[in-house]
Amino acid sequence: MIEIKDVTKTYQTGDIEFQALKGVSFTIKDGEFVAIMGPSGSGKSTLMHILGALDTPSSGTYFLDGKDVSTLSDDELADIRKDHIGFVFQSFNLLPRTTVLRNVMLPLIYAGMDKPERKRLAVAALKAAGLGESHFFHLSNQLSGGQIQRVAIARALVNNPSLILADEPTGNLDSKTSEVVLATFQQLNKDQGHTIILITHERDVAEHAKRIIFIKDGAIVEDSMTHKRKTLTTPL
Amino acid sequence: MTTIDILEETYAALSGNKVRSGLTMLGIVIGIGSVIAMVSIGQGAQTSIQSSIQSIGSNLVLVLPGAQRGPGAGVSTGRGAARTLTQSDADAIVKKVTTAKAVAPEITGRYQVTAKGLNTNTSVVGTTASYPSVRNLEIDEGVFISDQNNSSLSKVAVIGPTTRNDLFASGTEALGQTIRIKGIEFKVIGITKAKGGSGFGSQDDMIFIPLTSAQRFLAGSQYVTTISVQAQSAELMTNIQTQITDLLLARHKITDPTQADFTVLNQADIVATASSITSTFTILLAAVAGISLVVGGIGIMNMMLTTVTERTREIGLRKAIGARNADISIQFLVEAVMLTFIGGIIGVLLGLSISYIITSLGILTTSVSLSSILLAFGVSALIGIVFGYYPARRAASLSPIDALRFE
Repeated sequence: MIEIKDVTKTYQTGDIEFQALKGVSFTIKDGEFVAIMGPSGSGKSTLMHILGALDTPSSGTYFLDGKDVSTLSDDELADIRKDHIGFVFQSFNLLPRTTVLRNVMLPLIYAGMDKPERKRLAVAALKAAGLGESHFFHLSNQLSGGQIQRVAIARALVNNPSLILADEPTGNLDSKTSEVVLATFQQLNKDQGHTIILITHERDVAEHAKRIIFIKDGAIVEDSMTHKRKTLTTPL
Repeated sequence: MTTIDILEETYAALSGNKVRSGLTMLGIVIGIGSVIAMVSIGQGAQTSIQSSIQSIGSNLVLVLPGAQRGPGAGVSTGRGAARTLTQSDADAIVKKVTTAKAVAPEITGRYQVTAKGLNTNTSVVGTTASYPSVRNLEIDEGVFISDQNNSSLSKVAVIGPTTRNDLFASGTEALGQTIRIKGIEFKVIGITKAKGGSGFGSQDDMIFIPLTSAQRFLAGSQYVTTISVQAQSAELMTNIQTQITDLLLARHKITDPTQADFTVLNQADIVATASSITSTFTILLAAVAGISLVVGGIGIMNMMLTTVTERTREIGLRKAIGARNADISIQFLVEAVMLTFIGGIIGVLLGLSISYIITSLGILTTSVSLSSILLAFGVSALIGIVFGYYPARRAASLSPIDALRFE
């Protein structure tokens, strides 16, 4: 459960003050699949950083699973990210020269889990993300773009987060691979009930979610359910 | 994050770029290796100088003629030229200084020596029967000069192994042969054992004859050039030194000790002086090597800073998936310490090999002390921490948002 109330974020560069978010409020229930959409400079990245506990708002409150995240210290934010949030980035950000399995196990190292347990969870996450077992010991640079993003999704899933935040997950992929990745998100949401927030500037991509929050110039201009939801026509 | 996890991450990071890790380590390897090699050379030199001083005798107090030189005093006349010590001074020391174990007066001069066409120019020492025990001299063949030889003014000689080789062709029996010192014939009755060493009185290239014979036939005077006194124990050396000084001052009727016409040298003082010189050299060598260690440390810092910049996105990712600042800084610090630590181990091995090679080539018997190895390890770990701290702090203080955006 995510509750954002009157969240603002102001950046100060020298004498110039820039308000990236001008009072944003919404609630996302568990198991929702929401797209946050907006053109570049709309404040969606800032919103993503706050939702992902990478940054704190200048004012307003952010409750994640009933916990107020808006006033936490750096280390407390790190703990929130570790236990509650899984990230999928546009540029994948896998560790180079490292096997798929190790990449997926990485978040669990910081969770202080023992090794067999880490491996078990990583394998489960990779399977859930739809990556075949034959790739588990490949290095990240031996994979295709679609496979890399599946590894990134598995890494986001592995700590069983309350929220998966995907920041332009298809930005670096061709349209066919994008479809596959988006279908993976849909499946994770439908089959396993993961809460997913998709940040994108493309309506095409946003329409794969159940709900679209459209923001522009730091404020929500539209918050609606998707009428004609896009799904993958060909099977995975 | 457990210790094993940190070590695994470190291994992955360092083995990811083996060439660079290796080159960075090389700075520490050379630094530590040269510190250990240099200190072992310095300590080896110290041991070698000390043993060569010890080889002239143990618990030795030397009485030399000539003015005693205090600090800042002017130039004195050469010791060899001064004729202030006599046979009776030596006799007085034997009688009065009861804590002396043995007293050996001697008169030394350099003369041309010939034997069957071969000739050499060497030290001829006129001395008494107690000389071998005082000066740690051993007889290889034949006998040393006896009291009988001295009282009867015998023309007999005991020669050192180097002198024997100079005067007699190899394979020739030297015992019983005749040598001519300053034209006077002496019969060889003994050959001393080789002691090796040089500097402070190598006794391998010497000829020993009875003191009385030397005074009568060679020097033509009753003076002696050195009185060697052996103390019963090391603790008594200072005591003997004072006793002899007082005795000789009284005998020579000198009231002001600074005007003494003789010098009493304590072997312990010579050893102490030589030790202080060699330890200064050891410090100098270690300091030069230490500079290369610091340069190696700066190399580590340089590489770690480059690594932090290169891995900015990785740092951002690690933070995004829940790494705390401390996790990041520990990871980078451990990488730096691991580089210096492994470099330290290889450096110790390098240093040991260098000192082993120097020893086996016969240049110098080096000695590697455990303390220098431990010190080198400690220093290398410390360098890792000192030079790794700043890059690690920089990595940890990166904001995750900026780090993820970094191109």
